[in-house]
Amino acid sequence: MSHSVFSQFLLHLGDSQLILSHRLAEWCGHAPELELDIALANIGLDLLGQARTLLSLAGEEEGLGRDEDQLAFFRNEREYRNLLLCEQPNGDFAQTMVRQWLMDHYHHLLFAALSHSQHKALAAFALKSLREVKYHLRFSTAWMERLSLGTSEAHAKTQLGLNELWRFSKELFVLTTEEQGLVTEGLIPNIEPLKAQWLDVVTVELQRFELSLPETGAYRSGAKQGLHTEHLGFVLAELQYMQRTYPNMSW
Amino acid sequence: MDNKNNWSLFEVFVRSKQGLSHRHVGSLRAPDAEIALQNARDVYTRRNEGISIWVVKSEWITSSQPNEKNEFFDPALDKVYRHPTFYHIPDGIEHM
Repeated sequence: MSHSVFSQFLLHLGDSQLILSHRLAEWCGHAPELELDIALANIGLDLLGQARTLLSLAGEEEGLGRDEDQLAFFRNEREYRNLLLCEQPNGDFAQTMVRQWLMDHYHHLLFAALSHSQHKALAAFALKSLREVKYHLRFSTAWMERLSLGTSEAHAKTQLGLNELWRFSKELFVLTTEEQGLVTEGLIPNIEPLKAQWLDVVTVELQRFELSLPETGAYRSGAKQGLHTEHLGFVLAELQYMQRTYPNMSW
Repeated sequence: MDNKNNWSLFEVFVRSKQGLSHRHVGSLRAPDAEIALQNARDVYTRRNEGISIWVVKSEWITSSQPNEKNEFFDPALDKVYRHPTFYHIPDGIEHM
């Protein structure tokens, strides 16, 4: 029982990295500057590397013989467990930076906690990824500062991006009832209290950026039930196209 | 920052390992020094090329001029006594 709950939890982590990675890859060739193009692709590739490890671990825990590729390319939308925030469209550069910055703060707290997991492979993964995440956070923070405290147009776009994305923030750090069992077993630490820490640091930073915390009454969630926004299907269509057309092809 | 044409040109220097000096590897554009450092990290050290980066605005570099080459460098051409080549190096001394 806990095996499948644990593998679903790992899928949730891995899918989030994979989908966010794909979104960042969409900037390739389109970023405002050549240097940003490379920077976004670098971060995307870091996330893709993390996704590969997590999906491989999920496949092992699942015990059905599915490897990272089969999990990435041959599951449909309702089987994907990524955070809704990750699948949201890039919008403009400011909106992409807001999404990345929210996710980087999430990763920073999450991976620090997971590095204490009693599951050795997961703990080692989290510790290694934390180094990458610290740089991602430095990058996104620098751009949040410059966009929000720069021109009035950049400030307005950053605030719009935040307003658009904030309603997807509620499901960060949420554990299902089944996943609480993983905490009891020591497979994962209790990450739910991290939500308050995340909210604290994000709120303080937003004040520094002179951005206001959006008020929303309509939070969206559904990652762990596979209930996605309309955007994920389009992401998967592109991501999975080649393997769906020529199954198991390689180069 | 109001116009990306205002992005300054920065020169990038990377030190590949302890004990070596920073070496000029190229240049890039950035709105300020911190972003220049980040851009340099992503553009010039993504294949593990370095352990330290310097960036400096190109306009802060003062350079010799090509048309001053004669008076600047030629006088050193015929001063062989400035090279330590007239000393006998005792046997057993290595790495000289």
